[in-house]
Amino acid sequence: MDMYTKAAWIVPLLPLAAFLVLTALGRGSRRAGAVFGSLFSLAALVLSLLIVAERLEPDAVDYSYAFDWIRAGDFTLRIGFEVTNLTAMMLAVVTLVSFLVNVYSAGYMKNDERITVYYGYVSLFTFSMLGLVLSDNLLSLYIFWELVGVCSFLLVGFWYAKPKAKAAAKKAFIVTRIGDAGLLIGIMLLFWYMPDHALDFTTIQSVFDGQSGAITTGITTLIALCIFLGAVGKSGQFPLHVWLPDAMEGPTPISALIHAATMVAAGVFLIARTYDIFQDSAAAMETVAYVGGFTALFAATIALVQQDIKRILAYSTVSQLGYMIMALGLGSLTGGIFHLFTHAFFKALLFLGAGSIIHAVHTQNIKEMGGLGTRMKLTAWTFAIGALALSGIPPFSGFWSKDLILTAAYESNPLLFFVGLAAAFCTALYMTRLFILVFMGKPGAASAAAHEAPRSMTVPLVALAVPAAIAGFVETPWNGWFGSWLSGHQEPAHGSAAAIIASIAVSVLGLYVGWLVYGRRSIGRITLAERSPWLYKLLERGYFVDELYAAAVVKPIKLAGQLLILFDEFIVGGLVRAAGAATSSAGRLAARLQNGQTQTYGLAAVIGLVILVAALVGRRFLP
Amino acid sequence: MLPSYLTLAAILFCIGLYGALVKRNAVIVLLSLELMLNAVNLNLVAFSKYGVVPSLTGQIFSLFTITVAAAEAAIGVAILIALFRLRGTVKIDEFDEMRR
Repeated sequence: MDMYTKAAWIVPLLPLAAFLVLTALGRGSRRAGAVFGSLFSLAALVLSLLIVAERLEPDAVDYSYAFDWIRAGDFTLRIGFEVTNLTAMMLAVVTLVSFLVNVYSAGYMKNDERITVYYGYVSLFTFSMLGLVLSDNLLSLYIFWELVGVCSFLLVGFWYAKPKAKAAAKKAFIVTRIGDAGLLIGIMLLFWYMPDHALDFTTIQSVFDGQSGAITTGITTLIALCIFLGAVGKSGQFPLHVWLPDAMEGPTPISALIHAATMVAAGVFLIARTYDIFQDSAAAMETVAYVGGFTALFAATIALVQQDIKRILAYSTVSQLGYMIMALGLGSLTGGIFHLFTHAFFKALLFLGAGSIIHAVHTQNIKEMGGLGTRMKLTAWTFAIGALALSGIPPFSGFWSKDLILTAAYESNPLLFFVGLAAAFCTALYMTRLFILVFMGKPGAASAAAHEAPRSMTVPLVALAVPAAIAGFVETPWNGWFGSWLSGHQEPAHGSAAAIIASIAVSVLGLYVGWLVYGRRSIGRITLAERSPWLYKLLERGYFVDELYAAAVVKPIKLAGQLLILFDEFIVGGLVRAAGAATSSAGRLAARLQNGQTQTYGLAAVIGLVILVAALVGRRFLP
Repeated sequence: MLPSYLTLAAILFCIGLYGALVKRNAVIVLLSLELMLNAVNLNLVAFSKYGVVPSLTGQIFSLFTITVAAAEAAIGVAILIALFRLRGTVKIDEFDEMRR
């Protein structure tokens, strides 16, 4: 019955094996990376799908296995894995995207010198991400959480010869560290306050059931906010979103895998995994909802004016992650996870499509593209499916998940409902702009020599376009199957005609306005830039958040660093130098006694004798 | 009587010591050494005549000392000549082989 579920621990070990093999091979074999990476991730994918198939049976129960890892005094740390419907779904999503990215990279990274290293990193990342998903307690989740952060750092800075890539990798690492510190504090607080210091999710679930009262509300809120800080860092929520757009310096398949589908969704997954803590604290839930809603709109407006295709998609990712976080904050676990599920497909599809375009035209500036639709038919079609899904046009997957979130907002928080609608409008607008500028119109400066990508790159596009189009049907307003499966109890079909109509209306309106501005050009596209250049500039620079951080955080810290360098150089270094100088001058002084002059030695002996005699004689006169 | 002999011997010894430690010429240093030995001899003789237990041992002992001093002077001068042949100088501050 649950044979595959019991073997779930094998899933992360497969990519780990690939990583070890590739590391052992080194740079020697160029084809080995693609072969091993793809084969092992395919095996992981098959196993994950088998697990999901088992979980689909109605009487499937959560399975967990753990053994004692560390014993310290009366505290025992158990480590193991847990398979629930949520983790099974995440397993399938991660392994599917990982496998397709592995295949895709065979074409995209073909001419890269360090392709084997690249595949090693990707496999290591897949291992860490799967480990994170399967973890049955917060501590091992935290370990894998840091591991995916390291892999993200390695892969963003993969082309470390580029100064921008190096800076982006550092930025990604440091900014997410802020969130990680919050998560660590949250875990320590939990450790401190939990009965028996338990950190596994099952116990957390039973302690935070809303009535046990083992932990006071204040502490619960504090713990929830600390954990949320971790999610803010990893999932690129305001104000820690700044690393995600810069992380686009990494190879594009990495952006699809790590910075669109899996790692950035880890924050959402974390909240979902510790959802009981959040549900115990109304204040924390509200914070989560407002941060998510604000980020969704905030990032969507920035995406409106960006010129770099990957940065548009990155800000879009930030915005969509904001949607998920908002859904969780509004109490709709299903909405958040459902959007995570569909977003993984269509955003990975969009990034891989963008990679295919960049591969063809060798630029990322959408102003230099144009008219690519006729030259790259397959890319254009699959990209269109992804764009429609992202814009929330029925019947594509994104519509259903976004609609679920908007319905949740409509029912509980009108303000966030309108924020969500505004963000949805911006989303449809910037995707239309992106699509028209890239694929339609006159060929741009860079699109002359464009050609369709090789098969290894187009096949994953098609493979992702299918779920991007239809994955939404697992949960529709009249069919709450996904939610029931996820939560384990029957969820009522929810449906609010007003929310659906509003959701469709803003998306279509966004599409239409986009078409008017960029397609038919009946509204001048430079109007905004000309009429209010400050607004355009504000959006283009992302509300100057980077500049603000540079002035408020980076500069003072650098200044403090320079002061500390001076302290180090003159005070600490001075002490060290003084100690050295004292020793060597003492040595020089002693060396001068050893001058080889018999007479000096003799004099020293006489002086010593005189002192000895004086001491012996002088003692008599002492009392 | 004894203190005046001892004082003379002490003065002689100090002059010899001063010369042995300060003079740069090795011949003078050897002479100073002889001076110190003679001061000792003076002490021996003085004690043998005016000491608490007068006896001849001190005088005989001083004869021994004179003999040994003569041998020492002969060897010292021989070394000095050898050094002078080797180094072309008898300045004692240039003989600093022990330093190397």
